[in-house]
Amino acid sequence: MSTQAQDLEALANKEYEYGFVSAIAEDVVPRGLNEEIIRMISAKKNEPEFMLDWRLRAYRQWLKMTEPTWQNVHYPPIDYQDIIYYSAPKTSSDGPKSMDEVDPELLEVYEKLGVPLKERGILAGVTPSVAVDAIFDSVSVATTFQAKLAEDGVIFCSFSEAVQHHPELVQKYLGSVVPYTDNYFATLNSAVFSDGSFCFIPKGVRCPMELSSYVRINSNASGQFERTLIIAEEGASVSYLEGCSAPKRAKNQLHAAVVELVALDDAKIKYSTVQNWFPGDKDGVGGVFNFVTKRGKCLGKRSKISWTQVETGSAITWKYPSCILQGDDSVGEFYSVALTKNHQQADTGTKMLHLGKRTRSTIVSKGISAGVSQNTYRGAVRMLAGAEGARNYSQCDSLLIGDKCGAHTFPVLEVKNNTAQVEHEASTSRIGEDQLFYCRQRGISNEDAVSMIVNGFCKEVFKELPMEFAVEAQKLLGVSLEGSVG
Amino acid sequence: MPQAATAASGSGPTDKDESAGLQMLEIKNLHAKVKGREILRGLDLSLKAGEVHAIMGPNGSGKSTLAQVLAGRDTYEVTDGTVTYQGQDLLALSPEDRARAGVFLAFQYPVEIPGVSNNYFLRTALNAVRKYQGQEELDAVDFLALVQKKMQLLHMDEALMKRAVNEGFSGGEKKRNEIFQMAVLEPRLAILDETDSGLDIDALKTVAAGVNALRAPDRTVLLVTHYQRLLTYIVPDYVHVLSAGQIVKSGGKELALELEDKGYQWLGEPDLVAGA
Ligand SMILES: Nc1ncnc2c1ncn2[C@@H]1O[C@H](COP(=O)(O)OP(=O)(O)OP(=O)(O)O)[C@@H](O)[C@H]1O
Ligand SMILES: [Mg+2]
Repeated sequence: MSTQAQDLEALANKEYEYGFVSAIAEDVVPRGLNEEIIRMISAKKNEPEFMLDWRLRAYRQWLKMTEPTWQNVHYPPIDYQDIIYYSAPKTSSDGPKSMDEVDPELLEVYEKLGVPLKERGILAGVTPSVAVDAIFDSVSVATTFQAKLAEDGVIFCSFSEAVQHHPELVQKYLGSVVPYTDNYFATLNSAVFSDGSFCFIPKGVRCPMELSSYVRINSNASGQFERTLIIAEEGASVSYLEGCSAPKRAKNQLHAAVVELVALDDAKIKYSTVQNWFPGDKDGVGGVFNFVTKRGKCLGKRSKISWTQVETGSAITWKYPSCILQGDDSVGEFYSVALTKNHQQADTGTKMLHLGKRTRSTIVSKGISAGVSQNTYRGAVRMLAGAEGARNYSQCDSLLIGDKCGAHTFPVLEVKNNTAQVEHEASTSRIGEDQLFYCRQRGISNEDAVSMIVNGFCKEVFKELPMEFAVEAQKLLGVSLEGSVG
Repeated sequence: MPQAATAASGSGPTDKDESAGLQMLEIKNLHAKVKGREILRGLDLSLKAGEVHAIMGPNGSGKSTLAQVLAGRDTYEVTDGTVTYQGQDLLALSPEDRARAGVFLAFQYPVEIPGVSNNYFLRTALNAVRKYQGQEELDAVDFLALVQKKMQLLHMDEALMKRAVNEGFSGGEKKRNEIFQMAVLEPRLAILDETDSGLDIDALKTVAAGVNALRAPDRTVLLVTHYQRLLTYIVPDYVHVLSAGQIVKSGGKELALELEDKGYQWLGEPDLVAGA
């Protein structure tokens, strides 16, 4: 191996930084899954009848389903009876009433993760830039700036709170984009989900700050099943950020989340994710199975939903944030960076379903594979009969670092309206020894050169992220690559 | 062993500065292999501060190999010999440290780096060099001021600075960009590998002016070229002929004219000459 390759190898083997475990007393339900467990979860959350019904219907449906096998990932069978479906920090069994009631130990955990939960240091008259909903294992432990947001009629709270205080909104929209029958993991989530974030932006309101959720898996052997629902009414707009991390565990942890977005006429939702779950160690032991269903519905005319994701963590990622473009002239976007190293596997992409007239979609996917990882882009663009004059542009680029990894692209196009247009471009390249040498000859270190080249490769996606997030993402990419490039 | 190689260490140009005439680079008995094949076979060359040397020679004789070995590319394995740069063992340094210590290579084939702006790339490079040399790093504003001066010197279009490094640049623009980078980085030893090929007449003059502006008593330029044309604009102090991995003849600027006239054949079969 050349010395450059060795440097790169060293860079890629950098340890996962967020792998600490916190000693927090937890309230858990018994291991395993049956109707009793579901009733128990629902009871713990003091849910109305319709919620329990919905969960039970989902559970019965799930029993009839089989785990999907079409995706290009490999993992040992998951024992669904060996998972703890509900785990919450003890102190928050009734949910904290204010930030002062939040367990200081928990605040410390988030502080350590760099997620500020204290509404401090905000100058009078200056609107804070980000409100956070912090989710710890199965429950939301804190939501900041709720009062400030309420001044504009924006509801931003945990899913559990929404069920208590806004049941009519939950009942109306829950499952309207991802029905409980959707797919194996989404159906499981519908049965057992314990918490998540809820946002409602009323008619004509531009949400005055970025909303964000930060999800942390702490407990061992648990699964994480959160559910997020975002509704933007006519002319409303919101930018939502999602971050996550998990301790290092030798055992795999299952994360099966669902995100549903609904945009009415002229509404805009921008959903950005920086996913940094524990990826497993360098030999592929442990790590999170990230099996997530994310979908947005552009219900209204001229509405717009934009997904941006930077996926660097998880042992396995199985995720296709999608858009249903139902309203005429609605717009769907998907910008993705997926980086895999060591033994990580990612099968990710998007679906754009064009129903309405003149609907437009853009897909930009950047896959980076290092080590012995496998990185798959899977995308579907469907132009249905009513999609008069619809357009799609897709671009899928893969960058290989080293020669033991793999990149795969599976685009599916289906056009049932002959006025619709689709355009697909794809490329695969290897990080060039000549590019690295060129940088080094100008005085730039090997490490900086790799990170510069990879960041350059991802530029079109990073420019879609909110400013601070883009900086974070670039750093994360640099850190993730340390030691994995060979 | 031909004696020609040592001609370069004869008297240099008149001293204008105390650094002029000091040893810049001393190559002794350099052997280098690529993929098991020996390309450089006992090369000797001595360059003093303030001098401009030209290296000419047939295709495949090892000119680019020499340039790459000096820059530290690890596809080329040095099997014997020494290279001393400003008193230190050049071969012991990493490519980036050589660059930071003032060795610059203008590539025969400049590399494209998509998504990384020329501006960002060059600032990162300059600051890495400055940091190594104990100078303060330049912020975006100071950097811009510096770059604007150098852009004028090389008639560089400002738009090129915002574009990704060499991406979609024409052949000539890439070469000009190399010299522009050199002008910004102000190296001590500049190695230019066929910077003239692919340039139109006007660009050639501009690039030559850029190089000439950089000529200084404490700086050395090593030009690799096939054509006398460049040497009418950048007048060398010495001309060397590289053949089959060795310097087989050295002389003054008139040697280039002679080569243009007679080609390389009159120097004899390379293998005979090189067969040490
Ligand atoms: N990376 C490489 N792999 C294999 N062979 C190489 C490599 N680099 C150089 N060579 C070989 O080494 C020899 C010298 O090449 P080099 O590029 O140094 O020649 P040159 O004098 O610069 O030629 P030109 O005038 O055509 O630029 C050639 O035979 C070339 O094919
Ligand atoms: Mg050459």
